Amino acid sequence: MSVLVSDNPGVLTRVAALFSRRGYNIESLAVGPTENEGISRMTIVVDVDDHVLEQITKQLNKLIEVLKIVELEPDAIRRELQVVKVRCDANTRSEILDIVQLFKAKTVDVTPDAITLVVTGNPDKLDSLLTMLEPYGIRELAQSGLVALGRGAKSISEKPRKERGQQTQR
Amino acid sequence: MEDNTATSTTPMSTGAEALVRSLEKVGVDVMFGLPGGAILPAYDPLMDSGQIRHILCRHEQGAGHAAQGYAMTTGRVGVVMVTSGPGATNLVTPLADAMMDSVPLVAITGQVGSAMIGTDAFQEADIRGITMPVTKHSFLVTKAADIPLAIKEAFYIASSGRPGPVLVDITKDALQAKAHFEWPEEMDLPGYRPTTRPHHRQVKEAARLIAESRRPVLYVGGGIIKAHAHEELAELVRITGIPVVTTLMARGAFPDSDPLNFGMPGMHGTVPAVGALQQADLLIALGTRFDDRVTGQLDSFAPGAKVIHADIDPAEISKNRIADVPIVGDAKEVLVDLNDTLRETELPHYEPWVKLLTDMARRYPVGWEEGFDRLSPQHVIQRIGQIAGPDAYYVTGVGQHQMWAAHFLPFERAGHWLNSGGLGTMGYCVPAAMGAKVGQPDAVVWGVDGDGCFQMTNQELVTCALEGIPIKIAIINNESLGMVRQWQTLFYNARYSNTDLHSYRIPDFPKLAEAMGCVGLRAETPEEVDAVIEQAMAINDRPVVVEFVVHKDAMVWPMVAAGTSNDDIKVARDMAPKWEEEEL
Repeated sequence: MSVLVSDNPGVLTRVAALFSRRGYNIESLAVGPTENEGISRMTIVVDVDDHVLEQITKQLNKLIEVLKIVELEPDAIRRELQVVKVRCDANTRSEILDIVQLFKAKTVDVTPDAITLVVTGNPDKLDSLLTMLEPYGIRELAQSGLVALGRGAKSISEKPRKERGQQTQR
Repeated sequence: MEDNTATSTTPMSTGAEALVRSLEKVGVDVMFGLPGGAILPAYDPLMDSGQIRHILCRHEQGAGHAAQGYAMTTGRVGVVMVTSGPGATNLVTPLADAMMDSVPLVAITGQVGSAMIGTDAFQEADIRGITMPVTKHSFLVTKAADIPLAIKEAFYIASSGRPGPVLVDITKDALQAKAHFEWPEEMDLPGYRPTTRPHHRQVKEAARLIAESRRPVLYVGGGIIKAHAHEELAELVRITGIPVVTTLMARGAFPDSDPLNFGMPGMHGTVPAVGALQQADLLIALGTRFDDRVTGQLDSFAPGAKVIHADIDPAEISKNRIADVPIVGDAKEVLVDLNDTLRETELPHYEPWVKLLTDMARRYPVGWEEGFDRLSPQHVIQRIGQIAGPDAYYVTGVGQHQMWAAHFLPFERAGHWLNSGGLGTMGYCVPAAMGAKVGQPDAVVWGVDGDGCFQMTNQELVTCALEGIPIKIAIINNESLGMVRQWQTLFYNARYSNTDLHSYRIPDFPKLAEAMGCVGLRAETPEEVDAVIEQAMAINDRPVVVEFVVHKDAMVWPMVAAGTSNDDIKVARDMAPKWEEEEL
């Protein structure tokens, strides 16, 4: 889900504390600025059923600093960024570089016994890449939270705002 | 240290002066509190305020509950002001209590200087962080110029939508700095838009379900009282003749003397109230949240009922029980719309259903067994109610005495009943009664408290004695933590681990009361009960404490054991009502 919030100190704590307090688990969380100054976007991934998702949305809506919540469609554009340091030697380097090319990753640092590469993509792609690299030995891994936007010309702020409180009404 | 955000034509004032002026602007006339280092600057200009009466409490928790009591009896925002660190952490319980029971509260806490934040400074506590889960919203103000807007927004948030507590934490340097005072015209709350007006389509759908139902029940919660919607509720009952059950928070929302009121549902509810929910084909839930103490085991709660659920908080709808017709809105507006719609709807007669419940009420009245060698607590509470009457305000602690009070006091008026329903805060009674009396100085305020509860917060009787707040407190002394003892009797083989308070004469409650500037009385025999109540009623210049020494084995019945189905309600130990006779 995509959550627009006022960019105030403490707002991340509020959102995170709400998940913890209500017993929901966050799979991934990414926070960053938006096209509007003073408004941040949180992209939050949760693995829950529809009833729980509705509760999360309603509880989040009760936070004064939460401006808007959109549940992203399955076809939304979704990307994560991964930085991977892979063990290599003279024999395996070219194999690894093949994989890098295959996944449209970028090599950003090379030493005699390691290659560091950067890749962006949807979570499935990054998973596959890791599977391919694992046999060589992954020395270190850093991964961002998921960021996402809906497809089409419209922006989140143009879409008809789900009226606070009306989400359950049929 | 100067903030230059406002125009230079407005007068300069310190943050502390701005705070007091802002509180005056939003109409504060009473606040409860206790000063200390970080909040000290605010107390100086407060001394000059002709509008605000500050009541100096003896403990911050007492100040918080007093503000709750004031809010409950006036419908206004209760205000409490304390210092940083321990002053603020002592407020956590009242804030949590106000959050659970939707009481409008603004808590102002001093904070260490902004440069000291995060250094583990003396009396520093991250009170905003600590209270985030138990406040509706909170502010940390570090600039003098930001104080008026924070106060304006805090009062608006606390009192609108679903009411609740708001914390305003202000650093000491913000209170000391000078800034141009400017009262903000507008608020900056783009993410806060409570829905008060219901969707008419939903209301029409609700009316349709009501017209189709044969066994409907109005399941009424504290939201009716918060929304001042008791007259509209009475009108709904007049139009439809649908039976009513009133939750613990809603006692008084509909008069108990009305034959269509079947009392309180829930764990210690009446048989007809619990039976009505269990056998209903439609629940019309108004301003209530399907609390576990009402529903019992959720899977078997009201199994045959469709649900219309109206609440101002959309997150309460379908939280515990899926609603067939959700209505988001203020209870008063919902009821006005619903009543208008129902007047034009042809409704069935519900007499057979009402008759069934009336029979159930006749066969299973709430009562008690006499015949112990000491006073019956239920008798004592009933007599207080009969002598003080329905115009008095009643405040309780938490436990057995609270449940007996919920059954045996006269509930005829909305908003005359105060207790800690959601959080179950022992110690609520004395300070909340103090706040209630400040809010309604001309009314009689009776606190019905337990000996355990009383020993938690009785220090506020000193405040009452010195500030001229003549409340009356009845201590129902059964020498034990009675409700816990009851559970030990029923579920722990009568092994009374740490529930015996040995409070027969230690403390000597009347002497303790006298030491605090109150009148202390005691009754131990049935003949003395009325006499001491009358005596207490006649004293209006000082607080009165009356100890009633009651027997400790009295139990609260009926009871649905925790985690079991409402269908397993017991009217006494091993005695269940016979549902099978209730077939329509």
